[in-house]
Amino acid sequence: MFQIRIHGRGGQGVVTAAEILAVAAFLDGKYAQAFPNFGSERMGAPVMSFCRIDDKIIRLREPVMEPDALIIQDPTLLHQVDLFSGVRRSGTILINSSRTVEELGIGDLLSRLPHSDLRTVPASEIALEFTGRPLANAALIGGLAAATRQVGSEAVSQAIRRKFPGKIGEANAAAAEATYRVIASGEPWTAKEGSHAGTT
Amino acid sequence: MLEQLEGSQAVAAAVARCRPEVISCYPITPQTHIVENLSSRVRRGEIGSCQFINAESEFGALSILIGASAAGARTYTATGSQGLLFMAEAVYNASGLGLPIVMTIGNRAIGAPINIWNDHSDSMSMRDAGWIQLFAETNQEAVDLHIQAFRLAEELTCPVMVCMDGFILTHAIEPVDIPDQESVDGFLPPYDPVQVLDPEDPVTIGAMVGPEAFAEVRYLAHHKQLRALERIPQLSAEFREQFGRTSGGLSDAYRTDDADTIVVALGSVNGTIRDAVDELRDKGIKVGSLKLGSYRPFPVAQVRAVLHPSKRAIVVEKDLALGKGGIVSSDVKMALRGLPTIVQTVIAGLGGRSITKDSLIRMIGEARAGHLDEPHFLDLNWTAIHQELDRQRRERRSGPTPEHLLRVVNAVNAKLP
Repeated sequence: MFQIRIHGRGGQGVVTAAEILAVAAFLDGKYAQAFPNFGSERMGAPVMSFCRIDDKIIRLREPVMEPDALIIQDPTLLHQVDLFSGVRRSGTILINSSRTVEELGIGDLLSRLPHSDLRTVPASEIALEFTGRPLANAALIGGLAAATRQVGSEAVSQAIRRKFPGKIGEANAAAAEATYRVIASGEPWTAKEGSHAGTT
Repeated sequence: MLEQLEGSQAVAAAVARCRPEVISCYPITPQTHIVENLSSRVRRGEIGSCQFINAESEFGALSILIGASAAGARTYTATGSQGLLFMAEAVYNASGLGLPIVMTIGNRAIGAPINIWNDHSDSMSMRDAGWIQLFAETNQEAVDLHIQAFRLAEELTCPVMVCMDGFILTHAIEPVDIPDQESVDGFLPPYDPVQVLDPEDPVTIGAMVGPEAFAEVRYLAHHKQLRALERIPQLSAEFREQFGRTSGGLSDAYRTDDADTIVVALGSVNGTIRDAVDELRDKGIKVGSLKLGSYRPFPVAQVRAVLHPSKRAIVVEKDLALGKGGIVSSDVKMALRGLPTIVQTVIAGLGGRSITKDSLIRMIGEARAGHLDEPHFLDLNWTAIHQELDRQRRERRSGPTPEHLLRVVNAVNAKLP
C-alpha cells in the first residue's frame, strides 16, 4: 500500500487533490481511497487530505500517519505545523515553491530525513501560466506522479478532466503534464511565451 | 458500473434509482452532500415526478415526509447529529404510525461541546424509537443498504435508518458500483402502501389510543422488528443473488471459528478491525471480528451463536452512556446471558478521534492479558483529565471545562494528525 498526505490551506483544493489522485489510481486499475482530515471548513485554515493506493481492496480507515509521500501545497505552513510527522525514511516530499530546498531554510529537515526524496517545484507558477490562477493542486498531482510513479501521467490528466469538464480541466491537465515533465526531467521550470493563461 | 466516488454522491445516485417520490430535508449543517446532489437530480427531472422540499428545520422535514408517506408516496430524507435530535418527536411518530420512510444518518457526535465529527451518539439516541437501524461498513455497502432499506421498510411498513459514518464514509472517495436503473427496479417494486390517505376511501391515520390498546399497538411495532430479524438476512441473500455481492444482513463474522477473542463493532471501523485481526492472526493470535449490520432489531441469536465459543468479546463502540459506560456492550451482554464469555467495553472514536489499527492491536493485547479496565476508553488522555480535575478541585470558579481542556491538550499534544 502506498500512502500520501497532502497539506495546504482551506480554499486551495487540498481535498480535490486527493480526489484527483484517487481517481487517477482507479483509472490505472488500482484500488484507492481518498478522504479529508475532516476539519472545520474555512478559508485559510491548515487542511490535510489523505490518499491510499493499493493492488487490493483497502479496508483501513485511520488517517495516514506514516506517509510514503507528502505534498506541501502551501510552504507558509512549513514553520507552523509539524508537516513531516511520520514520513517514511525514504519518502517522497514535494513542496510547492519556486525556491530551492536550501533557500527555504529547511536544512535541518534534510538531516532529519536523510534518505527522503525532497524536492521543490514551482507548481503555483506553472498553474498560473496554464490556468490563469495560482491554484497548484492539480499541477502537484502531476508532479507526484512523476516523483513516485504510483499513477500514470495520462490517468492524472484524465482524472482532472473528469473533475473539471471543459476549459478549466484542459488547462489544469496541461499544468499537471508540465509539472510532470519538470519533475521527470529534473530541468528547472521556465515560463514559455504564448501560454494558455487567460490573464486579464 | 464501478466508479471512484464520494460516499455522499454514491448514496445520492443509489437513492435516485430507488425512485423516491418526495424528498424533504433541512439543507445546512449537519447535512451531507447527499441531499444537495438529490436536489440537483430532481431539478433536472432525473427522478420522475419526485418533489424536493427544503424545510425550515429537520422537524419540519420529517413531518412533511410523514404526510407524504401517509398519502402513499415513497419518501426519503437524510440528517445526523443535532439534526436528528431536532427531529426526535417526528422520528417516534413516523414509526408509531408505521410509515416506511427511509432516512440516511451521516453519523456524527452531539454537542455541547460543538463537534462536527463522527461518532454514533446521534443514532444511538433514537435506538428505541421503533426505526430499523442498519449500519454500513463501506460506501458500497451504504449504496446497497439503501436499495434494501426501501424494500424492507415498505414490506414491513416500518421506517428504516441507514447509518453511515459521517466524514469517514460520507466524505471518503472510494470505488463504488452503482447498480443500474433496471436492476434496482428488478429488486425494488413500486410502493404499495397498506394504509393510505385517499379521499375516495377515507381512513384515519393517527388515532388516539388509550390504555386499553396502547400496549398492544406497541407490541405490534416490536413484532415488526422481530419480523425484520427474518427479512434482513433474506433480503441480503436475494440482493447477493441479483447483484453478485454480499451487502447487509444482520451480522458478519470474520475469522471467528477458533477465536478466543472476538471484536464486535458497528460501521466503518470494522475495516480497520479486520486489518488488525489479520495482523494478529499472522502472529498466531486467535482473534476474530463480528460486524453488526443491524443494530435495531438487535440480532441476539446471531451474536450469541458467533460469540459463545470464545473466551472474550470486546465491544468497540463509538458512543458513551454517561454514568454507565457502553450501550452496544449491554446488548451483547444480554445476548450472552448465562454464558461464561467475558464482555468488555471499549469506548472509542468519540467526536472523530481516530481509531488506529495500532491502538486496536495494543488494546486487544491488554484484553487478552486480562489487563483491560471496564469500560476502557481507547487512547484517552489521562494526563489532561487529571490536570483538569486537579484544577477544578483547587478553584471554585474554575470556568468552562472544554476551553481549559483544549488549552491543556494543545500545550502537550501539538502533534499530527
